[in-house]
Amino acid sequence: MTRFLPRLARGRANLLIGGGIVAVLMLLAVFGPSLAPYDPLKLHLRSVLKAPSAAHLLGADEFGRDVLSRLMYGARTTGWIALATVALAIFFGLLFGIIAGFLRGWTDRVLMILNDSLLAFPGLLLALFIMAIAGASREALIVALSIAYMPAVVRVARGTVLSVREREYIEASRVMGNSELVTVVRHVLPNCMAPITVLATTMFGWVILSESALSFLGLGVPPPAPSWGNMLASGRPFITQAPYLIVLPGLCISLTLLGINMLGDALRDWLDPKMQA
Amino acid sequence: MIRFLLGRLLQAVPTMIIVSVAIFFLMRLIPGDPAAVMLGDLATSEQVEALRREMGLSGSLPTQYVTWLSHILAGDFGKSITSGDPVLPLMLDRFAVSATIVVAAVLLATLIAVPAGMFAAWRQGSLADYGLVAASTLLLSIPSFWLGLMILLVFGMWLEWFPVIGYVSLHDDFRQGLMFIFMPALTLILVEIGPIVRMARASTIEVSRLEYITHARAKGLSEAEVMWRHAFRNAFAPTWTLIGLILGGLLGGIAVTETVFTIPGLGRLLVEAIYARDYPVVQGCILFISVIYVVVNLIVDMLYPLFDPKIAQ
Repeated sequence: MTRFLPRLARGRANLLIGGGIVAVLMLLAVFGPSLAPYDPLKLHLRSVLKAPSAAHLLGADEFGRDVLSRLMYGARTTGWIALATVALAIFFGLLFGIIAGFLRGWTDRVLMILNDSLLAFPGLLLALFIMAIAGASREALIVALSIAYMPAVVRVARGTVLSVREREYIEASRVMGNSELVTVVRHVLPNCMAPITVLATTMFGWVILSESALSFLGLGVPPPAPSWGNMLASGRPFITQAPYLIVLPGLCISLTLLGINMLGDALRDWLDPKMQA
Repeated sequence: MIRFLLGRLLQAVPTMIIVSVAIFFLMRLIPGDPAAVMLGDLATSEQVEALRREMGLSGSLPTQYVTWLSHILAGDFGKSITSGDPVLPLMLDRFAVSATIVVAAVLLATLIAVPAGMFAAWRQGSLADYGLVAASTLLLSIPSFWLGLMILLVFGMWLEWFPVIGYVSLHDDFRQGLMFIFMPALTLILVEIGPIVRMARASTIEVSRLEYITHARAKGLSEAEVMWRHAFRNAFAPTWTLIGLILGGLLGGIAVTETVFTIPGLGRLLVEAIYARDYPVVQGCILFISVIYVVVNLIVDMLYPLFDPKIAQ
């Protein structure tokens, strides 16, 4: 019993805390713009580098822009980029993974060699390279990050397809005269959903981390649009005068990642009992 | 055993070829003529044409690729547009700086995290386990560049224990060098402890459920002997692979940490080259880091049998 209690508590705690943090952030990303006290781009020259006060609850940055408003809009920027990236990576990853696993033979071999070569770049490096060529913009960032994170999806999807393709119900679907496409959509795809859901959650975390790292380096979301990463970069020269410019965006990123990681653990325990540790 | 090693070595060849083709063609996607960019506005078309030939930019794309690759295999990565220095020695200098920090950090993180993860697994379900898992999840959620800035703020600016800007090589002055390396290394150690603890814990738990562990316990071996002789060797193998991935991944992602602490490493060289549109350096760094990543993973895989008794036999 003494061993069982903490574990039960942990399972619940992951789900509740992680889910709670993610839910709050999603609400913030959706309703942030109507809740924000100021326009995030508006310059208030009299409040330049003013510490948190009644007028600016979380202070103002080096141009006198309201930090709270920028953080709220930043949640939306980061959220959209992460959502679009994960959706693209999952869609193309499933497509290529299922094609490779289902057709096998040369198609599989060629796709997997290409996929493994993408994996041969450390994720952030590939995205950095694509951003260097395309120049900093939101669209380039989404494309770069989805290319960088797609290979993981391809591997998981292909693995799942290979493990179910010889099962009786797949055979049965063929014998019943269903086309390959119907068989894949009705019987193969649902099997990929559990592992892909777990992967998608983890990937959300990776993408947010990479997006803020690239924006911090000046190769992500271009200023003046606020993102947590570029807020850290622009606040960096004022680290001694105005530490809150550095502390707050970083706290937002860490809190988001913490929520996603906890939710991911809870989902994994729930969907994939074998992985439960 | 030898077949396993050779097979793994051969696997890396097509990967490296495709990586080089990808880098070559992506560099060609950059708008503008690199030769014209290098020479500036005042160059005549003859000068541009001569430089194009020198840089291997004339002829069909496959010919260009072969020329390019043969130059690179001969160690000629071209010259930096901004400084005019050859790219390879520049990269090797900077790589030594990055490698010192990364290797030191991964080594220390492993020494801390592997025992911690195994201890958590051994005491699975206890408060200590709960605490270690929570701490590693927390560490996993803090981005390295923010953690670095916080460490810089506290140890560098408020306490003034360590120098905030600059770098001295350990080779030139060991004590001074340590002062400069401390904060970036601490950042990377803290960042990497999270995933290693979790992996070491998960694989130890998986192994300790197997029958031979029960058997070893039933034989009357002490708990320490069971853990060390039977559980550890088998549980360490997946962790070892993860450490390889981290080592390579850190080299790819070190640009952010080097930016925070203004360290003249390879990542910083790459980012500065991107800002300056110094494409020979960008291309060289990307290629160099990818090769290092592939080689590190190759070495890790080749050493894998040492840690996994099942493969070694």
